[in-house]
Amino acid sequence: MAPRIVQISTSALICSFVLLPLLAVWGQADGPTGLGPADWSALRFTILQAALSALLSTLSAVPLARALARAQFWGRAAVIRLMGAPFILPVIVAILGLIAVFGQNGWLNTGLRSLGFGSFSIYGLQGVLLAHVFFNLPLATRMILLGWATIPQERLRLGQSLDLRGFARFRLIEFPMLMTVLPSAVVVIFVICLSSFTVALALGGGPKSTTLELAIYQAFRFDFDFAKAALLGLVQLGVSALAAVFALGFAWGHQLGIGLDRPIALGRHSTLQKYLDGVVIGAALLFLGLPLLLVLGNGLGSVTSLPAAVWMAALRSVLIALGATALCMLLSLSLLSRGGEAIATLGITVSPLVLGTGLFLIARPYVNPFEISLWVTLCVNALMSLPFAVRILRPEMSQVDANFRWLSASLGLSRLGWWRWVVWPRLRRPFGFAAGLTAALSMGDLGVIALFGDAERATLPLKLYQLMGSYRMEQAAGCASLLLILSFGFFWVFDFLGRRNA
Amino acid sequence: MLDLQNLKIRQGSFQLTASLCGLDAKIYAIMGPSGAGKSTFLAALAGFLPVSSGAVLWNGQNITGLRPAQRPMAMLFQDNNLFPHLSAKRNVALALTQRRYLSSIRQEQVKAALSRVGLGGFEASKPGELSGGQQSRVALARVLLQDKPILLLDEPFTALGPALKNEMLDLLQTLAQERQATVLMVTHDPNDALRIADETLLLSDQVLSPPQPTTQVMASPPKALAAYLGLD
Repeated sequence: MAPRIVQISTSALICSFVLLPLLAVWGQADGPTGLGPADWSALRFTILQAALSALLSTLSAVPLARALARAQFWGRAAVIRLMGAPFILPVIVAILGLIAVFGQNGWLNTGLRSLGFGSFSIYGLQGVLLAHVFFNLPLATRMILLGWATIPQERLRLGQSLDLRGFARFRLIEFPMLMTVLPSAVVVIFVICLSSFTVALALGGGPKSTTLELAIYQAFRFDFDFAKAALLGLVQLGVSALAAVFALGFAWGHQLGIGLDRPIALGRHSTLQKYLDGVVIGAALLFLGLPLLLVLGNGLGSVTSLPAAVWMAALRSVLIALGATALCMLLSLSLLSRGGEAIATLGITVSPLVLGTGLFLIARPYVNPFEISLWVTLCVNALMSLPFAVRILRPEMSQVDANFRWLSASLGLSRLGWWRWVVWPRLRRPFGFAAGLTAALSMGDLGVIALFGDAERATLPLKLYQLMGSYRMEQAAGCASLLLILSFGFFWVFDFLGRRNA
Repeated sequence: MLDLQNLKIRQGSFQLTASLCGLDAKIYAIMGPSGAGKSTFLAALAGFLPVSSGAVLWNGQNITGLRPAQRPMAMLFQDNNLFPHLSAKRNVALALTQRRYLSSIRQEQVKAALSRVGLGGFEASKPGELSGGQQSRVALARVLLQDKPILLLDEPFTALGPALKNEMLDLLQTLAQERQATVLMVTHDPNDALRIADETLLLSDQVLSPPQPTTQVMASPPKALAAYLGLD
């Protein structure tokens, strides 16, 4: 454990970094009378899309998880690992891929048109839902899969010896498990979607499909109405705080690093079921994989010919990602306790846009906020990854403490010796994993920077968004490929460094 | 010479008292019913748990307030006696230094300690690559280099099979006699006590009773011990 004084000052630092912007937002906000019909509609849409996204993702995850749980095929472990990938996938890249498949000139609509059907629009509610399912279907699948893995072997064998089949088996063995897992999956995804910004920015918009986050952005960026932005920020804060309290009982983050090595012996299933499982898994892979393959297919070739402005943006993003990772890991090491975990979670209960608005308001009297936009982005990115880093590191740290504290005390290890010989060798692997996640998340983040960023200070995701906005699709694809490579590259490098020789 | 003066240990509602004098270079077994507090007693003696009153004296010097590493004691726990990520050599070397650099003298010391417990040539092995018995030997080698006059053992060989356990007990006995060490060994197996312990301390009804010759204790065990051993 870190010394008490370090723990306390880190906690104080984080609290003030979160609370001061909130106070600033509070001070700026109009009374509740300031909420117009458009704002109420944004609130309604935010909740509606989050609820629908959560239900759709979770329900479609059930058959997929069931198929993955019992199917036995080559590459099963890889497919399950791949289900963790969307977590670090830059949202804006995925959206570009989804547009390539489902957009106006995408594969789907080209096919529909040639068959003489009407076309599907990726913009509006259905587009937001599509993107949210794309991101959260794998998350829900992993959570439910974990549920299947926790059914005790004995119960499955008991089922087999009682010759439970079909519906009886489902009702007696699987249904009770689903009832414990599904609510938490729904709640977690609901909370995630409540403050989803990038998806709404790219695919939503207009009076009918604007989320609160998007409304904050618009009030800020286009109307320069800081009071309105602050008021909406408070509403957003209320909604997500309510949801967070609701979700507090449900653990998340656990499912980030698991490997489910063995298929689960549910009992015999027919050949028809095996084919159905294959179809379900194949369809999911197509849905999740095709957009990314299209991005890479369209863009890899043009990466080398990207303009200098894109490379500059990439450099900025790389530096921010490295800085955010260093900051986040440093903070997380001093927060490896129960109280520390609570402090770390504080960061994500406040949405980045609200935080950004507050920081903007604080900075405005003293400096030109746009000049510090990259620093703010770095800090906010570190803060957003902090809960994940702490959750990944803490179990190992508790283990180290429980197993080796006495042995170390009897050897008289100094604080330095304790870290060097005991903690670091044990913590290295999860540390590398957490650093990889942080770097990748920071690399792909499009939040605060959208609020503050201008052309001279764009990060790579913002640059990509700007290219998409001006319909330079070929450059956008190249830019997206670069972003994808950098994000996954960061994750891979850090994770590898943690594992090497361990 | 180890003396315990009215030592009282309290852990929630649990409490025990120990008053002993003149424990010297012998092997003492500590026996008693499950839950009597044998491990708690040992942990308090080693300085891992605070005592509520009384004093521990070593050769007349009060050592009650010292940190575990400052006490003239080395301890073997039930498990986690080795760092699984460090080689046998490094595990043993931590008894000498916390620096990465090992002088050639220290290298030799580590090598000699490992050979002494029969593990010459296993310097580079990690605990995971060693058998249970070999792991116990590495831990013993480290204890040798810690070079403390008192050795506390909290059933460290319980996980080993009977033959291997006896082998380790014999090795322990040899090493203890060589070094004139005072050994306190918690065990639940009367055969362990009979095998190497000169004297046995009984812990029951929250009191640690003074040492008696082990053979005598086993020949006519007091009621609480007899019940624990299933002899009545």
